[in-house]
Amino acid sequence: MKQKFDIIESTCVPLPLENVDTDQIIPARFLKATTRDEKFFGDNLFRDWRYAADGSPKADFVLNDPHYGGCILVAGKNFGSGSSREHAAWAIAGYGFRVVISSFFADIHKNTELNNFVLPVVVSEDFLKELFDSIAADPSMRVRVDVPAQTVTNLATGRSESFELNAYKKYCLTHALDDIDYLLEQKDKIEEFERNRQ
Amino acid sequence: MNTLFDKIWDAHVVSLIEDGPTQLYIDRLYCHEVTSPQAFDGLRERGIGCLRPQQIFCMPDHNTPTHDQDKPIEDPVSKAQVDALARNAAEFGLTHYGMLSPDNGIIHVVGPEKGLSLPGMTIVCGDSHTSTHGAVGAVAFGIGTSEVEMVLASQCILQQKPKSMSIRIEGTLGPGVTAKDVALYLMMKLTTSGATGYFVEYRGSAVRALSMEGRLTLCNLSIEMGARGGFVAPDETTFAYLKGREYAPKGEAWDKAVDAWKTLQSGEDAVFDKELVFDAADIRPMITYGTNPGMGMPIDGSIPLDAAPKALAYMNFQAGQKLLGHPVDYVFLGACTNGRIEDFRAFASLVKGRRKADGVTAWLVPGSWAVKHQIEEEGLDRVLAEAGFEVRQPGCSACLAMNDDKIPAGKYAVSTSNRNFEGRQGPGSRTLLASPLTAAAAAVTGVVTDPRTLL
Repeated sequence: MKQKFDIIESTCVPLPLENVDTDQIIPARFLKATTRDEKFFGDNLFRDWRYAADGSPKADFVLNDPHYGGCILVAGKNFGSGSSREHAAWAIAGYGFRVVISSFFADIHKNTELNNFVLPVVVSEDFLKELFDSIAADPSMRVRVDVPAQTVTNLATGRSESFELNAYKKYCLTHALDDIDYLLEQKDKIEEFERNRQ
Repeated sequence: MNTLFDKIWDAHVVSLIEDGPTQLYIDRLYCHEVTSPQAFDGLRERGIGCLRPQQIFCMPDHNTPTHDQDKPIEDPVSKAQVDALARNAAEFGLTHYGMLSPDNGIIHVVGPEKGLSLPGMTIVCGDSHTSTHGAVGAVAFGIGTSEVEMVLASQCILQQKPKSMSIRIEGTLGPGVTAKDVALYLMMKLTTSGATGYFVEYRGSAVRALSMEGRLTLCNLSIEMGARGGFVAPDETTFAYLKGREYAPKGEAWDKAVDAWKTLQSGEDAVFDKELVFDAADIRPMITYGTNPGMGMPIDGSIPLDAAPKALAYMNFQAGQKLLGHPVDYVFLGACTNGRIEDFRAFASLVKGRRKADGVTAWLVPGSWAVKHQIEEEGLDRVLAEAGFEVRQPGCSACLAMNDDKIPAGKYAVSTSNRNFEGRQGPGSRTLLASPLTAAAAAVTGVVTDPRTLL
């Protein structure tokens, strides 16, 4: 959903696993929807880790643990690998996450998050490890993500890092504009390109 | 600098956004039923159409049943998705190869087969295995649904230019070692994130010696190393494969096209951001033991002692265990990875004169109707039938189990597909990725078997 980004301060949900693939974020059997109902996808986020086959919640999975909550997901490196399904980003957004922090994102998934107004924040391995430790020590600790300043701060330790976000995408996120809005204004340039390559 | 990737990419740059992405022109967009409906909804919400409908080709593949395709799809949700694609294609004036059309099949099999994917093109689809089309010498990559909407609306996409990587494989592959084994070997070496951020050019004598089908398999799996795409520079093998195909240029236009395609090579002075070299002689038939495609090993090896415990628990394997002789319940031949004619020839060559093992359920699913018809023309269906195997109707099938072809929980499947993620082939399914030859060896013995012992 298009929404403006500014400063986000929230508790975190930790998922200290590496190589979380998009088949785990949203299994293929949930890809049959023909609409973009974020609630449906959000309800099935991490479905097979979150629920047993009979639909009962698995108590040991973090989304079922009442100690953890907030709109920031913190995940191990290589988050979102595998299938390009944008449904994974819809599920993350639909669940209510606005930011995902990891030390490394798979390419396609990083783009699909950005295109759905979920901000992927890449931090150093060291920062990530300390953040997992802080959350483990105190699940109520908070993280501050300042989009205009491009900084992320672990408020438990005060440690801060800057993160990358190109000026174009930053403008889009802070003004709730998407790439299609931009491309639709470029029709003259596209036609000129087509003429020139004839 | 001056790599083939640079040449193709740079020739498609419409504009550069300052401190932002590149606006890249797209020659070909493919749409399947799973990742496109919300993009078409987006067009309707914005009240716009497709800018270049003649450059867009649609076909259902993920949900299609692999038997009785002439009857309505039983699962109403699958049917709704397949129907939505037909409706959207008609509404927006796009070419659509419906389920029973002789043109239908898995997008990544059909595109090259029809000559829709050509050297020097930029090609995208809402599917990570779009990298497959790189085999014809194109820059092809998977995109998300928002990006599908971008291309539908503007024939352009906004992308950061990836870095370039050269993977050179020199020497000769041994008997029983296929393009699939090369790819599984690369994933074992690089892991599933080793090429993230890169576009890969596959080079070297072992790559040059691969058939077009082999190159399609190799490029298909680029995404499993994290790479956005991978390609092979076009050469005589490419031209011979494309000549005469439906959408390939004809007559004088063909000669002109080939002259232009011959210039699609990385320069002698090309500088890649990363260069890797491997020796073909080091590669043995491969199999995976874990829950991502990078968790592979030579088929006669043992599971690494430092293998991820969560993956081993899911697969019910132990570190240090050998897989040779391990019972196999299912065998799946097919998918955009290994659903082409050469894959069926390889499978048939090994099972010829043998019998399917009792207790093994085998699903042989061609990648397209064209492949199915060629199987019949070559008489491979009879060879397979004599050995106890049935050839089904085309589609993605058990690769991701969106249709009825699901591996039951706890069962072991030797699959020629591309992903062994938890639950990928059905909830609780356990996948061992391998080549068509290794799949055939498992199918006739009922256990994990080194195909070289049966050649």
